[in-house]
Amino acid sequence: MTDLLAARELMAFTLGFHIVLACIGVAFPAIILTANYLGLKRGDEDAMRLARRWSKVAAVTFATGAVTGTVLSFEFGLLWPRFMERFGDAFGIAFAVEGIFFFTEAIFLAIYLYGWKRLGGWAHFWSGVPMVVAGIGGAFSVVTANSWMNTPQGFVLDAAGKVVDTDPLEVLFNPAWVYEVPHMILAAYMVAGFLVASVYAVGMLRGRRDRLHRLGLLIPLTIALIATPIQFFVGDTAAREVADHQPAKFAAMECIDETGADQTEYIGGICTASGVRAAIGIPGLDSYLVGFSKNTEVIGLNDIPPDERPPANTLLHLSFDAMVGIGTAFLALGAWLAFVWWRRREIPRTRWFLRAVAVSGAAAILALWCGWIVTEVGRQPWIVQGYMRTSEAVTGAQGIWFVFAAVVVLYTALGAAAIFVLRTLSRRWREEGDEAAIETPYAPEAPAT
Amino acid sequence: MTRADVAAVILWTGATLYAIFGGADFGAGFWDLIAGDAEKGKRPRALIQRSLTPVWEANHVWLIFILVVLWTAFPDAFGAIMSTLYVPLTLAAFGIVLRGAGFAFRKSFRSLQIQRALGATFALSSVLTPFFMGTVVGAIAAGNVPPGGGDAFSSWLAPLPLLVGAMFVLSGAYLAAVLLIGDVRRAGETDLEGYFVRRALVAALLAGAFAVAGIFALHSEARYVFDRLVDQGLPLVIISALCGLGVLASLLRGWRRPLRPLAAGAVAAVIWGWGVAQFPYLLPTSLKISQSAAPPDTLASVIVVFLVAAVVVLPALGLLYWLSQRDLVGE
Repeated sequence: MTDLLAARELMAFTLGFHIVLACIGVAFPAIILTANYLGLKRGDEDAMRLARRWSKVAAVTFATGAVTGTVLSFEFGLLWPRFMERFGDAFGIAFAVEGIFFFTEAIFLAIYLYGWKRLGGWAHFWSGVPMVVAGIGGAFSVVTANSWMNTPQGFVLDAAGKVVDTDPLEVLFNPAWVYEVPHMILAAYMVAGFLVASVYAVGMLRGRRDRLHRLGLLIPLTIALIATPIQFFVGDTAAREVADHQPAKFAAMECIDETGADQTEYIGGICTASGVRAAIGIPGLDSYLVGFSKNTEVIGLNDIPPDERPPANTLLHLSFDAMVGIGTAFLALGAWLAFVWWRRREIPRTRWFLRAVAVSGAAAILALWCGWIVTEVGRQPWIVQGYMRTSEAVTGAQGIWFVFAAVVVLYTALGAAAIFVLRTLSRRWREEGDEAAIETPYAPEAPAT
Repeated sequence: MTRADVAAVILWTGATLYAIFGGADFGAGFWDLIAGDAEKGKRPRALIQRSLTPVWEANHVWLIFILVVLWTAFPDAFGAIMSTLYVPLTLAAFGIVLRGAGFAFRKSFRSLQIQRALGATFALSSVLTPFFMGTVVGAIAAGNVPPGGGDAFSSWLAPLPLLVGAMFVLSGAYLAAVLLIGDVRRAGETDLEGYFVRRALVAALLAGAFAVAGIFALHSEARYVFDRLVDQGLPLVIISALCGLGVLASLLRGWRRPLRPLAAGAVAAVIWGWGVAQFPYLLPTSLKISQSAAPPDTLASVIVVFLVAAVVVLPALGLLYWLSQRDLVGE
């Protein structure tokens, strides 16, 4: 196996790990502040307890995410030095902006954690608001850097292919940011919301049906379920734009071999050189989804030069279908909760509802990974669509598989430690109450009174 | 001054802040490492933990800042550094993961054995990470990083880079000891003051000795930088030496107020002395700042972002440091 593959796998693994933590970092503050707001507004002690506990959980996940994020900024250079050398002056601008947001979020998370019992109720609440804004701003900057790789613009190249002039605003506001950024921010709210709700669903399945658990399930679940229909709209728009901006990616993820109108939409199946196997085909639907008419022409892989086609079409196709399928299931979950709540003002009584919520967190993460597989593998063989191939960007360094193995071991330990710490927190809260002497990465030794 | 020069000044400002805050952070880990067994090291370790907890994350954001400014404003230099020095940089990245994880999780465990293992991970990587970062700086100063890439091993496995690596560790230890003297007093644990004063003295003397050795190594391995350091850079060398002597005098005479600014000044002056000495080169003597610089509008955005950061982030950071310092008083 080549080192290019090793570099890509290492990048994929570390990004896949980091992005879960990044989602929590982006969206969890809003969930915490919602509980904090309800607690203050209604004098709801349970909601305040949730906010207090969640902020400590956020400290653990944020600390882990900061570490894995630092690794990524090393990796840009260590794995893709030729890419950074050639395009760092365009690609980098978004990251410079991101730095401000990340820094702001880190600082205000620390202030918010320190603020429990040190700042007055509403002053403390407002000290947390910059985290929410910084989370969204940070997500914008990082994702717009990625969307620039998909729809690069805002630079002038000389004859040697070197960037000689840039337009920072065109770089930041490249065509794909309009759909990639909202798609990712909503995804972050869904991942964080379903993940937190799933923890409380498991607790309720184990018989802990107190008000704290019901509230701990409802607050994040409501936020995630509100994001879900909006995400459908944004994702649908995104797919149409991809068909326009990156026809190779679209053809690969939809298994379209021949350019033409009246394209069949395939659900599931395996993409082969001689058509799709074992799929459910809906005639004409693909064309309809792209242009609202059966007669819309969609570009097929036959019009893409062989050396510019993405690898692993089946992987792309199934990833896309899995993402959409999970999203559809979330939509149904939302309708279920909304209906029962409308009729009876309570969570559905059946254990099947709790079981569904209990798996929603893992399902949301799976959908998130699938979406990124479509985006990233679908852009291959390009690192900068149409300008630079991934094979031209990769480092000449040897031994990347070895580093990859070490990183897998290290990150497994890191993930296990983070989960262990969170489980320990939860157990001590249950057994010893909120004043249990629990240490988190930012909070002071013992709460000052 | 061109935009490229301004961007280089921003880069050096980030490097200075990282050397001071990140350096002290690593240094605290160094003292944790050699604090002795669990019983003997309990109180100094607790103090180190308390001092670091609120700020350890923010202290290391400067590293990301440096990387981002470097790849955006000086992409050619970034590519050359990354494709030459990937061995120490990869090791430093591993060190950052281990250090962060060790520190963040250590106090969440109640089992003494796990706490010990994680504490040792934190402390050991606190020493190795700055060492490898120092070898990177040393390799750059020695001119072993040409555009397009140099040798993966001989570039940093040379006397000067290794010496600079050791200096990074020692100057961090020295800064940390000085900062902890102040925290000891705020925490009201005045009997630990002598403990950190002694350590600060030893670290200051060692760092000074290594600095002198480093000058000899510069003379033989980095002639361009040496020649300019004893010429244009001389005032900064003198400032650094005076600050260092001031720290020694303050430690011995029991003056506490000037300690922190003098210690930080000594480190900052060295960083800027290095910058002045290799000007106008970013990678001496193969890549000038102007040759490596990004197009003007990219440089302008880096400068604007820096100014915005100064307006938005610095007050917030100040608030955090103020809160964390105030908390040590107890209420």
